[in-house]
Amino acid sequence: MFYREAGDFKTSYDADSQTFPIAFDRYRYWVVLAVAFLVIPFVINDYWANALLVPFLIYAIAAIGLNILTGYCGQVSLGTGAFMAVGAYACYKLMTAFPDISILIHIILAGGITALVGAAFGLPSLRIKGFYLAVATLAAQFFLVWLFNKVPWFYNNSASGQISAPERFVFGIPVTGPNTEAWAMYLICLVFVTGSAIIARNMTRGSMGRKWMAIRDMDIAAEIIGVNPLRAKLSAFAVSSFFIGISGALFFAVYLGAVEVGEVFGINKSFLVLFMVIIGGLGSIFGAFAGAAFLVCLPVVLKLIGVDLLGWPPDLVAHFQLVIIGLMIMFFLIKEPHGLAQLWRVAKEKLRLWPFPY
Amino acid sequence: MSADFLYGIEVVLNGLMAGVMYALVALGFVLIFKASGIFNFAQGVMALFAALTLVGIMEGQVPFSHLINEIFGTEIHHFGWHVPALLAISLTLLVMVAFAWAVQRFLFKHLVGQEPIILFMATIGLAYFLEGFGDLMWGSNIKTLNLGLPQGGSRVIEDMTAKLGGDDFYGFFIDKLDMVATLVAIVLVLSLICFSQYTKQGRAMRAVADDHQAALSVGISLNFIWILVWSLAGLVALVAGVMWGAKSGVQFSLSLIALKALPVLMLGGFTSIPGAIVGGLIIGVGEKLFEYTIGPMVGGATENWFAYVLALMFLVFRPQGLFGEKIIERV
Repeated sequence: MFYREAGDFKTSYDADSQTFPIAFDRYRYWVVLAVAFLVIPFVINDYWANALLVPFLIYAIAAIGLNILTGYCGQVSLGTGAFMAVGAYACYKLMTAFPDISILIHIILAGGITALVGAAFGLPSLRIKGFYLAVATLAAQFFLVWLFNKVPWFYNNSASGQISAPERFVFGIPVTGPNTEAWAMYLICLVFVTGSAIIARNMTRGSMGRKWMAIRDMDIAAEIIGVNPLRAKLSAFAVSSFFIGISGALFFAVYLGAVEVGEVFGINKSFLVLFMVIIGGLGSIFGAFAGAAFLVCLPVVLKLIGVDLLGWPPDLVAHFQLVIIGLMIMFFLIKEPHGLAQLWRVAKEKLRLWPFPY
Repeated sequence: MSADFLYGIEVVLNGLMAGVMYALVALGFVLIFKASGIFNFAQGVMALFAALTLVGIMEGQVPFSHLINEIFGTEIHHFGWHVPALLAISLTLLVMVAFAWAVQRFLFKHLVGQEPIILFMATIGLAYFLEGFGDLMWGSNIKTLNLGLPQGGSRVIEDMTAKLGGDDFYGFFIDKLDMVATLVAIVLVLSLICFSQYTKQGRAMRAVADDHQAALSVGISLNFIWILVWSLAGLVALVAGVMWGAKSGVQFSLSLIALKALPVLMLGGFTSIPGAIVGGLIIGVGEKLFEYTIGPMVGGATENWFAYVLALMFLVFRPQGLFGEKIIERV
């Protein structure tokens, strides 16, 4: 009875076209932001940050990016890991080449470079569709990982082939390197997540998003009504790669600190982000967050139960993790193919009628 | 003839045989995609699981031994018997048929009519599940597969071709295992083609691949055909697993051969068995030739990605692959 638009009249165009027209949604949004920005930095500790919160935020950005490409525009892409690597390496080269410029600018520029690379690898999508495109993006995945391994310029000719983030400061507080505190890592990721989510939500609500969804639903019909398929598909690749590049740069610079491209940004990363998008719900920004939370928390919970509670050896628990993750994915797809976002939408619909059943 | 040219021919021959091995894996994909429209990412893990089961049965391993030992504190690992190869292969086939039935009953029956991306994700979930399940059941350490298959380079061919080059030329190095794999693949493909063209069930399979509704309306049991197709894919996975496992041991990396088969499928088309063979040959030869000629100039290790780039370039000109069904889109 409080979750409805009845009685809530808007008096300006701005108010009418806002993202959260229902008051309950608006208040919920502000409360979540308040808790995230004002409460958690003071109670966070190293374990929570490293195991749960920071990877969740970083993967949420990547999932938003992939959701734009796969959920809103319908182009299945398995190259997410490689694009994250592009963001990480771009950030590394910028950080080492221009040490005086703030890392925030470097991260955004890294996203921009990844957007260009993503648009270039998105060119085959104009000709190839469906699964063939998914396998074509695998070409990007394997080629880019090979490139970063082989060409010494990318890792500044270091002997180990690894790249490691030099220490950088934002407003005097270290955000990369060994002296970073948990709340600093968390806050910088949170700022980027909030910015990315706001930009993504508004892009998908606007004409760009509608063009993407038209391409997804039936691209020939979209072309007939005047949507330029070249612009729409390439812009989807570019915007999606922008977010994925930012997430890769944060993953490398803030979370990991040092990266060996073959194991960190391999095809498993691509599948992981794709799982997050599918389980969270295709075509929904909230779904990106839900999927990222699900897939970051699940292995941690399983490990806690297996190793700490039952005392089993870690390799047995690792096998069980695979079994249970596989089972959960299959179960989810059977029960709710449209993901957690659909469950959320259904819950909100039921909330509209509360306390009446129908 | 110069030694370089002869080495080039050797590379081409090895590439053809590597291509046959890739095609063997791609066949499983094509079978399932033709009949049910599902792109079965779990094919590689099925090959691994089949090979693990074969080795486990042959060595008389106790399934789930690690888990049982952990829960009950026992120390059992082996039953103590050794099963001969042919019987073990038949038993493994039974296991794969049971797996096909289980997958159909518990997973795909509930996903009828879903979009292809959902089905694809379900098979990725299946791949994860099967990988963990195989590790739990038979252990994740590397195992050797002893089926009595000949290994090592063929001395006969080496001696025959040594006279072609100059004094320094040693003759072609052709692995006997590769030749056996080629023969097995040819036999398998021929029998699959005979099965699908000349038997009642094969015709039913082709009918289901064409149109599910029409097949239902003439009385074909979709469920039975899907179980049959998955069992056939299991058989192909077993053969592929045995061939690859005999080459490099039965271990986790066997499941990555699925990634090798994807460019083959892209090239040949997802719905065509001859396409899988031809695509495999082209990818095998192209990959090895590229690595041999241009590889040293760019630092080597190009085999990871060149197959994909090659397939991508083919796709740009023929989006449905060489032999795939032409994609007709209607508004």
